[in-house]
Amino acid sequence: MISAPYLEVAVVVLGTSILLVESFASQLDRRFLGYAALFGLAMIFIATFFVAPQSSTASAPLWNFYSADALSLFFKRIALATTAGVLVMMLDFAPSVSIGVQGAGATPQAGLGEFFTLPLFTCAGLMWMASAVDFVLIFVSLELVTISFYVLVGFTRRNPASLEAGVKYLVLSALATGFLVYGITWIFGATGETNLQKITTVFSRPGLEHNAALFGAVLVIVALGFKIAAVPFHIWVADVYQGAPTPVTAYLSVGSKAAGFIVLLRVLEPFLILPQMRTLLVAIAVLTLIYGNLAALPQTNVKRLLAYSSIAHAGYLLVAVVSFSGRAVAFYLVAYLLMTLLSFAVLVLVSQGGGDQLENFAGLSQRSPFLAFAMLVAMASLAGVPFTAGFLGKFLVFDAAVSAQHFGLVVVAVITVGAGFYYYFKVVRAIYWDVAPASADKIVVSPLTRFAIIAMIAGTFLLGVYPQPIFDALR
Amino acid sequence: MLLVVTFAPIVAAVLIMLGLPARTTAIAASVLTLVTSVLLFLGFDSIARGFQFVFTIPISTELRLSFALGVDGLSLLMILLGAIVLLAAVWFTGEIEHHENAFYASLLLIAGGAIGAFASLNLFFFYAFHELALIPTFLLIGIWGTGNRRAAAWKVTIYLALGSVILLVGLIMLYRAVPSSARSLDLRVLQAAASAGQIAPAMQSSIYLVLLIGFGILISLVPFHTWAPEAYASAPAPAAMLHAGVLKKFGLYGLLRLALPLLPDGARHWSGLLLVLLLANIIYIGLVTIAQRRLDWMLGYSSVMHMGYIFLGIASANILGTTGAAILMFAHGLSIALLFAITGEIRKRVSSLDFDAMGGLAKQMPLAAFAFGLGVFAAIGLPGFSNFAAEIMIVFGAFRNGFDYQHFHIFQWATLFALWGVVISAVYMLRAYRRTFFGSSAESEIAIADIGSGFRFPIALLVAASILLGFFPQIAVQRIAPAFRNYFTTSQ
Repeated sequence: MISAPYLEVAVVVLGTSILLVESFASQLDRRFLGYAALFGLAMIFIATFFVAPQSSTASAPLWNFYSADALSLFFKRIALATTAGVLVMMLDFAPSVSIGVQGAGATPQAGLGEFFTLPLFTCAGLMWMASAVDFVLIFVSLELVTISFYVLVGFTRRNPASLEAGVKYLVLSALATGFLVYGITWIFGATGETNLQKITTVFSRPGLEHNAALFGAVLVIVALGFKIAAVPFHIWVADVYQGAPTPVTAYLSVGSKAAGFIVLLRVLEPFLILPQMRTLLVAIAVLTLIYGNLAALPQTNVKRLLAYSSIAHAGYLLVAVVSFSGRAVAFYLVAYLLMTLLSFAVLVLVSQGGGDQLENFAGLSQRSPFLAFAMLVAMASLAGVPFTAGFLGKFLVFDAAVSAQHFGLVVVAVITVGAGFYYYFKVVRAIYWDVAPASADKIVVSPLTRFAIIAMIAGTFLLGVYPQPIFDALR
Repeated sequence: MLLVVTFAPIVAAVLIMLGLPARTTAIAASVLTLVTSVLLFLGFDSIARGFQFVFTIPISTELRLSFALGVDGLSLLMILLGAIVLLAAVWFTGEIEHHENAFYASLLLIAGGAIGAFASLNLFFFYAFHELALIPTFLLIGIWGTGNRRAAAWKVTIYLALGSVILLVGLIMLYRAVPSSARSLDLRVLQAAASAGQIAPAMQSSIYLVLLIGFGILISLVPFHTWAPEAYASAPAPAAMLHAGVLKKFGLYGLLRLALPLLPDGARHWSGLLLVLLLANIIYIGLVTIAQRRLDWMLGYSSVMHMGYIFLGIASANILGTTGAAILMFAHGLSIALLFAITGEIRKRVSSLDFDAMGGLAKQMPLAAFAFGLGVFAAIGLPGFSNFAAEIMIVFGAFRNGFDYQHFHIFQWATLFALWGVVISAVYMLRAYRRTFFGSSAESEIAIADIGSGFRFPIALLVAASILLGFFPQIAVQRIAPAFRNYFTTSQ
């Protein structure tokens, strides 16, 4: 049996040792580092199943700000699996990285070591965030995640688009951090606590003036809204997603969002009893649903389309949040992870031979039936076709919304799901209806990637009909 | 056995995609499906109540979700329809130029989805199986369609997706309307809860409206019908056969299975609205059909129009009318499949399906003319075909609803108007028949090959099934009526 905090320590140690090896073994094939990181993550993932349950009598100061409940373990696994998936994509993406870092005529494999290592530190941050029940730890782990993303987003620095994305992300993210700190100080000032549980206790005291804490909570929501890409804090999303290296985009849209939602779930717990808070969140959810789905309609760049789709899915997740359904949020996040990583994995491979415009997908069914089918599954799941995880996620969200009597939200969500079918099927149309240009070659898929894609397809279908493992893990 | 019927088409579709010879596998799977469903139909105990051949696998205790299959007379008849039309559609699929295996797999998936939905006892899978047809339809029309295929494929996909999501909300509302102790997605549990009166009347009417809109979009109820004619006109013939013949019956089946028995107060509350809409389907769409100038569009609109009669049977809310509706679903599925099949064969041979450009095809294509004629006579409800038996039952059933000797109520008036639809459909069907096969045109001078004699089998299959039930409707009535008897004995 392992104590839960050692998991993060293990990830950090893994990252540091890979960095050390990278700087001393200059002759080494850098892809080896990627495989080593993958292997290490797999080991840690297995270790999460042997974590000792948090003892209720534990009085060590650690447990005041660190929780190892089922929810946090569950999200730690999500973080590990996501990072592993992203590393697989990064291995496929490696050739573009060197050119992006040093320009044409780059030494082979330049910059790859850091590219494979940084996600490990992000992963550690995500895992800490999953356990954080104190605003101080939330802030610190959030910063760890964000700072490593600063580097990753602008990593291919010879590419102006990537550089632009990096700057935009840096500026807006720093602004969001400012909001977060300011909000935390307001809450601390009003309640005298930074621990979420103690804040809840303070709130239940009769005759307490809520307004100052509420103001602080709104500021915190602004900061988290940035993380989860909710409207109106979404302005950065499209440009940053499009400019960042594709595996990093996938990581941003899955890892950053999952972390944002777990913090949101934990932070909102004391505040959701206040009706003003609920109204605010419903408004954000409606805006996010409508904007994300409508803005995705005219997109012709697949990466941008997925960026808007990520906003749209934040909307469905917010519906689950305001309906108090932690189960729906958790399941939807897993489904979202599977289908988003799947679509980005295909996107990485397709864009290596051209670009990430919709026309680069034309006739993919002839160039690579396997990737075409994988993308079909991803799009069907994102749109919410039954027998896929995406559908069951939507089912749970609708179920939660109906049972919480949010009928207005349901009406909006129905319309936006209809819109979603259009833009996701646009990709399907390009793949199957359109004819590939004569110049397009067949696409080679490496065995590791093939395995990862098959695993994600299988997971998408399996969770679409058999969701029980997820529910069990949450219990 | 039920498991075989449900999964044979789906498994065959997967096998075809993995590389088995497409046509052989598809025909083998559809023959297997048909034989098994006929055996089920014969083995069905028409005296016992409730669902038979039940098969259950629990999936999630937390959601109270289980995979449950089972049939009663109504679902059995629909499964039989699905199996017959599937075999005919596969048989009528000739040479496909590119992606042959994808074409056959898509056909099998549409039929498998429809059959699975009919056989499901759990609402989750009832819904999910139906949606299985969504992507194949998109691909079939978009890749192999004719005419304005791209626009048609988008339209049908968006309409059906939207209708499905609305339906999903309705199903969830239904599930949530039951007290939490009895809450389940299992149809049998919901039936028990409904007959114990656990669904509040006010709740019923709002759920019924959501379900009516959701199912209505899938069935092409006016004003949600605009996707249907365009999609059927553009779809390749086998896809149109399966879609118009089988898949569209899913919505009607859902109304008969869920909306009517579980929400009787809701059905009563909205019966006026439903009558107005269904009369629009019969009269307005009927007139629109007469105005059509192309054979494929005419058939597309006619299939929309005939839905009105089935709605009338559903609205009648008594055993006679609903049983008639169920038989008409079967009969219409057969006749429209036959008509679309022959139209598809004609389309391959002539340059245009415009009535003005066609004519005299009976000389060159006597077998096609004969088969199309049978389809026309079935569609307009000539005695001897099952359409006639079904329409008689529906009309009597609807007329009897709320009848008293003093004066006519809304139902009697609606029935009177609906009867004019028979005349309308005779006008457009016979006119289309005359203008396509008789007279003369430029085309009639060119040599056109008749349809191959191999097609005699699927034609005979479709016609024989229709005539069998036309002369012996009691075969079906005996099996269907018990499904409704539980709900209507009290109200009659």
